[in-house]
Amino acid sequence: MMDDVINQSVLWIQAGLGTKMGLQDKGQTQKMNLFQAVTSALDNSLAKDPTAVIFGEDVAFGGVFRCTVGLRDKYGKDRVFNTPLCEQGIVGFGIGIAVTGATAIAEIQFADYIFPAFDQIVNEAAKYRYRSGDLFNCGSLTIRAPWGCVGHGALYHSQSPEAFFAHCPGIKVVVPRSPFQAKGLLLSCIEDKNPCIFFEPKILYRAAVEQVPVEPYSIPLSQAEVIQEGSDVTLVAWGTQVHVIREVASMAQEKLGVSCEVIDLRTILPWDMDTVCKSVIKTGRLLISHEAPLTGGFASEISSTVQEECFLNLEAPISRVCGYDTPFPHIFEPFYIPDKWKCYDALRKMINY
Amino acid sequence: MAVAAAAARVWGSSRGLGQAGLLLLRRPGARGLARSLPQRQVQQHFPSLDDKPQFPGASAEFVDKLEFIQPNVISGIPVYRVMDRQGQIINPSEDPHLPQEKVLKFYKSMTLLNTMDRILYESQRQGRISFYMTNYGEEGTHVGSAAALDNTDLVFGQYREAGVLMYRDYPLELFMAQCYGNSSDLGKGRQMPVHYGCKERHFVTISSPLATQIPQAVGAAYAAKRANANRVVICYFGEGAASEGDAHAGFNFAATLECPIIFFCRNNGYAISTPTSEQYRGDGIAARGPGYGIMSIRVDGNDVFAVYNATKEARRRAVAENQPFLIEAMTYRIGHHSTSDDSSAYRSVDEVNYWDKQDHPISRLRHYLQSRGWWDEEQEKAWRKQSRKKAAWAGASAGS
Repeated sequence: MMDDVINQSVLWIQAGLGTKMGLQDKGQTQKMNLFQAVTSALDNSLAKDPTAVIFGEDVAFGGVFRCTVGLRDKYGKDRVFNTPLCEQGIVGFGIGIAVTGATAIAEIQFADYIFPAFDQIVNEAAKYRYRSGDLFNCGSLTIRAPWGCVGHGALYHSQSPEAFFAHCPGIKVVVPRSPFQAKGLLLSCIEDKNPCIFFEPKILYRAAVEQVPVEPYSIPLSQAEVIQEGSDVTLVAWGTQVHVIREVASMAQEKLGVSCEVIDLRTILPWDMDTVCKSVIKTGRLLISHEAPLTGGFASEISSTVQEECFLNLEAPISRVCGYDTPFPHIFEPFYIPDKWKCYDALRKMINY
Repeated sequence: MAVAAAAARVWGSSRGLGQAGLLLLRRPGARGLARSLPQRQVQQHFPSLDDKPQFPGASAEFVDKLEFIQPNVISGIPVYRVMDRQGQIINPSEDPHLPQEKVLKFYKSMTLLNTMDRILYESQRQGRISFYMTNYGEEGTHVGSAAALDNTDLVFGQYREAGVLMYRDYPLELFMAQCYGNSSDLGKGRQMPVHYGCKERHFVTISSPLATQIPQAVGAAYAAKRANANRVVICYFGEGAASEGDAHAGFNFAATLECPIIFFCRNNGYAISTPTSEQYRGDGIAARGPGYGIMSIRVDGNDVFAVYNATKEARRRAVAENQPFLIEAMTYRIGHHSTSDDSSAYRSVDEVNYWDKQDHPISRLRHYLQSRGWWDEEQEKAWRKQSRKKAAWAGASAGS
């Protein structure tokens, strides 16, 4: 049963990532997986911006997920370097670099370890510009971290902490679903004049492969993408889960004749309310899915806003299919994650409401 | 052969190496054993016949006697000073021989700060501003260090460093605008009083969370180094904030990443009500520096020339050598922690009076000035009147 789950995961990731439209006019492309797309974005940034530096634990040799391979040799040890093992230091240090106007790209080794830096992110980075009356800012700071379930990560290598940061005005939070999306969104984060957190779905680092432009390009932040149009139900997710709901959409079409509109939120904060609400006004039904635990997860924010804005359009209560309110287990991961069956089941209940 | 026997001891007799083997051992360079090692593992020359520790983590000798190192808190790091408590130079070769104009600027900055503090403290008591923190007793730490920096050196403070801004000629009107949150405040009225910031004077806006500025200052110093800016970054914090994890992070990063930064700790004896005996058990903050590989010194913070000399030399070397310096300036917080505090609840009036009357940075400098013939009672009277008028006027306009 485990094998089926893993095989299914790999299959649906490879089966088209739905970004062929984005490739127009972006020049020469190359087959890249997600970590290579990240490397490409970082390479472009360091080439273009002489002040840009990359730092964090183990980035010098290429990083534990190979995102920074080759960059130290190419750009020098003063630009791609290891820091001591201290997340609050990494982010604080990054803020300081950004305060001088230089571009700081900080890596946190796993999103699960971002919490020591929570004070620096929430109390400092997010508030720097506001509290100084725009005399100072750390807008040129980007923090990257591997995110989400990976099959065997358990409590401390699987977390999706976007909800903690969604509650913090002053930062941006972004999650890509594919290599092409990752490069464009990461470049936008680096260019953005606000401190950004970029969560990279680690299960997709090798499993997701597609053609990605070699030259730099950007995908706008705070713009959700409707990756499949539909008329009966709106499905919203981000990161890895987008692929799950895409498959659920096929299942719904095939088994129930239900037409789903699939939306990749892409930016969690500030999120694209207009696209989601416009879709729900059309379909009347909304299902949101994320790996992170249900209570206080970002689906609750989307749900709350949509019921405010689209109350009379709703045909059924908004459905949230999420992780359980428990720590992320090891051996029980297949039962924990909001897989396609749970999502399909919730969708069916909504249709039959 | 003796050497072969030694090799056998190291390697075990079953792996007896011949003469050729020993020659290889002696030259773990381009040929021989190093070739078989991964490229990056060049830290240790392996193996060695000298029986020294080979650990990558520390370079030291072996010892075969069990003995713990005793922390030395009885006679800790000594306190560097230039003037005695009466403002007389002790060792003439340490006198920075600053020109009269400059020393008068020191004096006027410290006294104007003191005057402004009195006015703003009163303003809070009168309900005109919501909150205030005075700098009483620590004026020497601010002015001595600020004077030793270049005007473009970036300053990260905690909240009790207004004298640095004062020395950089930040106008009274802007200090007060921030405290009143009026329309002239460059910070746009967003923060509590004393959270000053000034881009023009390279003073990063203060934030309330303690020690968060420490790793930030290190990052700024790293960027300055990369930019070949010939700038130092100075980071102020109290002995209480030095207990925060961010302080540890900042020190370690500054040392490993070779940053041109001065860590300036104002050890004023208290963190609100918590005395130093409850803040740390080691020899203060200066003793922590060597633990991180940081050049460190302890100075008499109430001696403006000692502070000046230490900061000046630290600045010169930090920029020239790209390494951090730690200065622990010993001083005393004469005032309450803030307008929300009444320190008589945890310390005696006698203790406070001692520092106010017997060891105050302003009086020590005044004695120095007077003994040089650069200041007298009449000038003192006139300046007191002038500075009070100036501060009162600024206060009245800020609140109107």
